[in-house]
Amino acid sequence: MIQVKDLYKSFGDLQVLKDINVEVKEQEVVCVIGPSGSGKSTFLRCLNLLEEVTSGEVWIEDENIADPSVNINQLRTKVGMVFQHFNLFPHKTVLENVTIGPIKVKGEAKEKADIEAVSLLEKVGLADKANDYPRSLSGGQKQRVAIARALAMNPRVMLFDEPTSALDPELVGDVLAVMKDLAKEGMTMVVVTHEMGFAREVGDRVIFMDEGYMIEEGDPEQIFNDPQHSRTQAFLSKIL
Amino acid sequence: MHDLIEHLMELTTSPHWGGVLPYLIEGIQITLYITFIGVFFGLILGIVTGLARLSKSKIIYGLATCYIEVIRGTPILVQVLFIYFALADFFGITFDHLTAGIIAIAINAGAYVAEIVRGGVASIDKGQMEAGRSIGLSSFQTMRYIIWPQALKRMIPPLGNQFIISLKDTSLFAVISTGEAVFMGRQYVATTGVYFEPYFMMGLVYLSITIPCMIILRAYERKLDV
Repeated sequence: MIQVKDLYKSFGDLQVLKDINVEVKEQEVVCVIGPSGSGKSTFLRCLNLLEEVTSGEVWIEDENIADPSVNINQLRTKVGMVFQHFNLFPHKTVLENVTIGPIKVKGEAKEKADIEAVSLLEKVGLADKANDYPRSLSGGQKQRVAIARALAMNPRVMLFDEPTSALDPELVGDVLAVMKDLAKEGMTMVVVTHEMGFAREVGDRVIFMDEGYMIEEGDPEQIFNDPQHSRTQAFLSKIL
Repeated sequence: MHDLIEHLMELTTSPHWGGVLPYLIEGIQITLYITFIGVFFGLILGIVTGLARLSKSKIIYGLATCYIEVIRGTPILVQVLFIYFALADFFGITFDHLTAGIIAIAINAGAYVAEIVRGGVASIDKGQMEAGRSIGLSSFQTMRYIIWPQALKRMIPPLGNQFIISLKDTSLFAVISTGEAVFMGRQYVATTGVYFEPYFMMGLVYLSITIPCMIILRAYERKLDV
């Protein structure tokens, strides 16, 4: 589904991603952990070209998106993204936030998009908020709307960039529950997270990153119980 | 002291209050005409150059920046004298009084509007652009449906302010005899030799337009804050 080969990314002189090689299989949930500044968000953002790739290949299904000839808007409909700070559109209602993609990008009729959006909002438990504006929602509700907005494009993969880091602790659970449901339904997911409980329970694979390198990867049990690399051990001992 | 009171008493019965008023009413209509048309074109010019200032192309950015800095760095009086007299003198390009005034307001307001537009768009969190792009909207679509509507809301108070500034700036066009309010008031002064009542009245006529504008703007700003 996703294959990353020899990915490098620099901001000016600063190399933030070095020699990244990863494969994500269909229906797999991959969690990326690591200290802040380790490059995990940048890695995620390279997967839908929110960051330009400096060198290397990023294959999404059968397209190398690092190739400049790729239709980037088309590609992004296949790759849903959920941001740490939700980034809902504040001047649009919850329903409009969800339908704008299908209507403007896919050219769907409003009626059809509305029906699909309502069922997505039901799925994230917010159908009753359809006509509210984002400012009246809690952080957890906003993030669930953001998930529905991304799902409305029927993406093949969902990327989550620290989706619960900006939430009050008591609101984290609802968002994680929605993500767990998605994983159960077989959505392919790449999740940058500090929620080790989620990584352990839902993740099929965990990748540990530090200083722009992928230091270690493995199944969650192995990474959390028996980390091989000293840097992984040091990081986990600080947070667990 | 006694003289001053007597003097003030005389003012209350002065015929010049009423005398100057028809001149000012005629003039203020021209003031409003120049302002509305000038600001309308200024808005178009400002939106185009404001967006040009956000362009990644160095040439487009450079041209827009030159225009904005030249206009903001020179007095509007110099600009209108240049448009009306200098262009005619050197290139033989002539405008009538009104057109010269409208062009001056448009070009002048355009530079300030451009900065308002640039600032308004730049004030929108860049996460909005990323969110729009991430669901597959093109950068133009994201600008149109996501960024611009939010930026416009924030731009309205400074744009209203610019309208008031432009309205007052038209008073300088008395030097090219556009027939706006100040020019007309001065005509009255020239024929009567009376100064106080005409100039006092002139101020009141401007206030009768600017104060309601300011009240509307304040109300809008309060609504935005909620």
